[in-house]
Amino acid sequence: MGGSAPPAERPLVTVIRDGPRRIIAAVDRNARSVGLMPGLPLTQATARVPDLVVVPAEPLADLAGLSDLAAWCVRRYTPLAAADPPDGLWLDITGCAHLYGGEAKLLDDLAQRLAGAGMAARLAVADTPGAAHALARYSRQPVTVAPAGDTIAVLAPLPIAGLRLEAGILDGLRRLGFERIGALLETPRAPLLTRFGTMLGRRLDQATGRIAETIEPERPRSMIAARHVFAEPIATAEAIAATLSGLVAEICGDLESQGQGARRLDLVCVRVDNSHQAIRVGTSRPARDPAHLTRLVQEKIESIDPGFGIEVMTLAVPLAEPLAFQQKTGLGLEDNVSADLAPLIDVIGNRLGAGRVYRAGCAESDLPERMVTRVGPLSPPCRAGWPEGLLYPSRLLAPPEPVEVMALLPDHPPAQFIWRRDRHQVRRADGPQRIFGEWWRDDAETWAVRDYFQVEDESGRRFWLFRAGDAVDPATGNLRWYLHGLFG
Amino acid sequence: MALPQRAEILAELRARMQRLERGVGPRRAVLPFGAAALDRHLGGGLALGVLHEVAGEGADSIHGAAAALFIGGVLARLQGPVLWCLGSRDLFAPGLRGIGLDPDRVIYVEAGDAATMLQVMEEGLRHGGLAGVVGELSRLPMVATRRLQLAAEARGTTAFALCRWRAATQEEPSAAVSRWRVAALPSAALPVPGIGRARWRLELRRCRGAEAGHWIVEACDAQGRLALPADLADGSAAAADGWLRAAG
Repeated sequence: MGGSAPPAERPLVTVIRDGPRRIIAAVDRNARSVGLMPGLPLTQATARVPDLVVVPAEPLADLAGLSDLAAWCVRRYTPLAAADPPDGLWLDITGCAHLYGGEAKLLDDLAQRLAGAGMAARLAVADTPGAAHALARYSRQPVTVAPAGDTIAVLAPLPIAGLRLEAGILDGLRRLGFERIGALLETPRAPLLTRFGTMLGRRLDQATGRIAETIEPERPRSMIAARHVFAEPIATAEAIAATLSGLVAEICGDLESQGQGARRLDLVCVRVDNSHQAIRVGTSRPARDPAHLTRLVQEKIESIDPGFGIEVMTLAVPLAEPLAFQQKTGLGLEDNVSADLAPLIDVIGNRLGAGRVYRAGCAESDLPERMVTRVGPLSPPCRAGWPEGLLYPSRLLAPPEPVEVMALLPDHPPAQFIWRRDRHQVRRADGPQRIFGEWWRDDAETWAVRDYFQVEDESGRRFWLFRAGDAVDPATGNLRWYLHGLFG
Repeated sequence: MALPQRAEILAELRARMQRLERGVGPRRAVLPFGAAALDRHLGGGLALGVLHEVAGEGADSIHGAAAALFIGGVLARLQGPVLWCLGSRDLFAPGLRGIGLDPDRVIYVEAGDAATMLQVMEEGLRHGGLAGVVGELSRLPMVATRRLQLAAEARGTTAFALCRWRAATQEEPSAAVSRWRVAALPSAALPVPGIGRARWRLELRRCRGAEAGHWIVEACDAQGRLALPADLADGSAAAADGWLRAAG
């Protein structure tokens, strides 16, 4: 709204016309906190909250916005994302979460990006769309990951409003004393259905996963995609693989003519029963080598359950990046080792999750536990920045383990220490090497000091010990000793 | 008429024996350790393009801190990127940098379970563009060693199995070309207070094409080279033909 935007602290509602009345369509957080709810007549609301900001609702624009958001989710998270009007989004993240390091991490990423775009969102992951729908709206936490396998236990404590039923049915159920979904699940089904209709049974079964529910995925415009419709449904891995290589070849042609390389590939198979099975693979750098891309998707084909057969296969590139034509110079003697590594890293990354393949980068910190960050396996080298001139252990204990020591003088290395119940006599030692806390990170670190010693015990094993504090000023540390690393 | 046939049979038999004896013989590339007696014993140095097992000794066999440095020292002197499959997250990159293994060269993989790690290692070995592949394994069945050995030979990439388990009394059979044990030894005293270069007892427990043996060496320097201790190598009669041969 630019300059005309109302102040953020004033409650805001959107209104729609309902016959002669104007009623509230949606409320923001401030309006909800003063007790306004969707469905309330506007006259009552303004009487209750005089400084209310009222904006006419635009349902069609909302719908378009929601579908844009779904398209963004298709590009970013999963091939199977769809709008769930009026205010929801479906994401089928089966087989996609690994690219983000797990379901919880995917949700974190999504929540952060939505928050960054100024959207308040509640997110939930569950085994069935119905359960996720109910959790997202009625769970106590804004972000919920339900444990897999026990959908009924997840659903039981939620209110019946989470079941996507008409208001009339909900009212009727409440009048009979049903508050929680758990109570409905325990009640014999037949009398309920004769009273309230089959929709109730259907919603219950969808929520518990007894009947399947399909999500019709959003297809972003201008996405490179290839599609193959089978005359006869196919079900064998060989047939899928054969079709796949044709689709990949088609896509690579499109990518080449646009000067692009794929960063993500989606294979969506539509089965005879109209359910969608999807695979998503990622690449560490733009790629359009058909052999490489085929192999990446092929590794995941076994996770597709063809059921009674697959009718349509679609291969799409939700994320592409410019990839210039590459000229191999002469004999290929130049140092392009990292370029050759991309296929290997893609294969491992898609198998394990991209976050589990990485390189150590320097974080320009003196504290050992902060010295190393993870960088992408193919990111540019960080030659400078590593601390020079010191010997570091090959194994770092995280967190440092407290040890009992006997030190003769405060500034000297210990004479002996006990670690994990083993006593080590110190024969040789080097130190101290003083490392200061990083005051810009944490107040507690302002004065913190660690004195590191490298010591060798009677058998020749070498350890990296430190003492918290400089032994003069108590603010610098409590003089406890810790073992932080092993040299061997 | 009989002669050419016999020559043919002989040639065929020789070829078959060569296939059986892959990994042995002087034609394979080696990397010298920089310690003369050790290199002479191994026929020039550590064989490349094969599988080696390295373990720590005693309490260090779980952490494998010295074993990691031993492997890092070898990889530091090879060209190209390294794939390092982590057993737990305790490997400290600046420590490997101290023996010459540039962190920019090392790609870490958190493979989770042993079966996945072996798959990833094999994948890395068959890629062909890596200097070496390291796996920090908590167990290593015979079949796995054979697979790794074949994958290492296929593209000539050196593989290291860093054995992180409690030292067993009985050793498992293995298809690895060599099996090493790295144990810390008290280092030489310096004339001033301080700590000098670390010292290892390097034990070659078994090796295809060479006898077992053990050596006392100075641990990896900043370039990853080993050395024979000056106070032992000089003037010691035993140093002339390999310091301390195995008793048998």
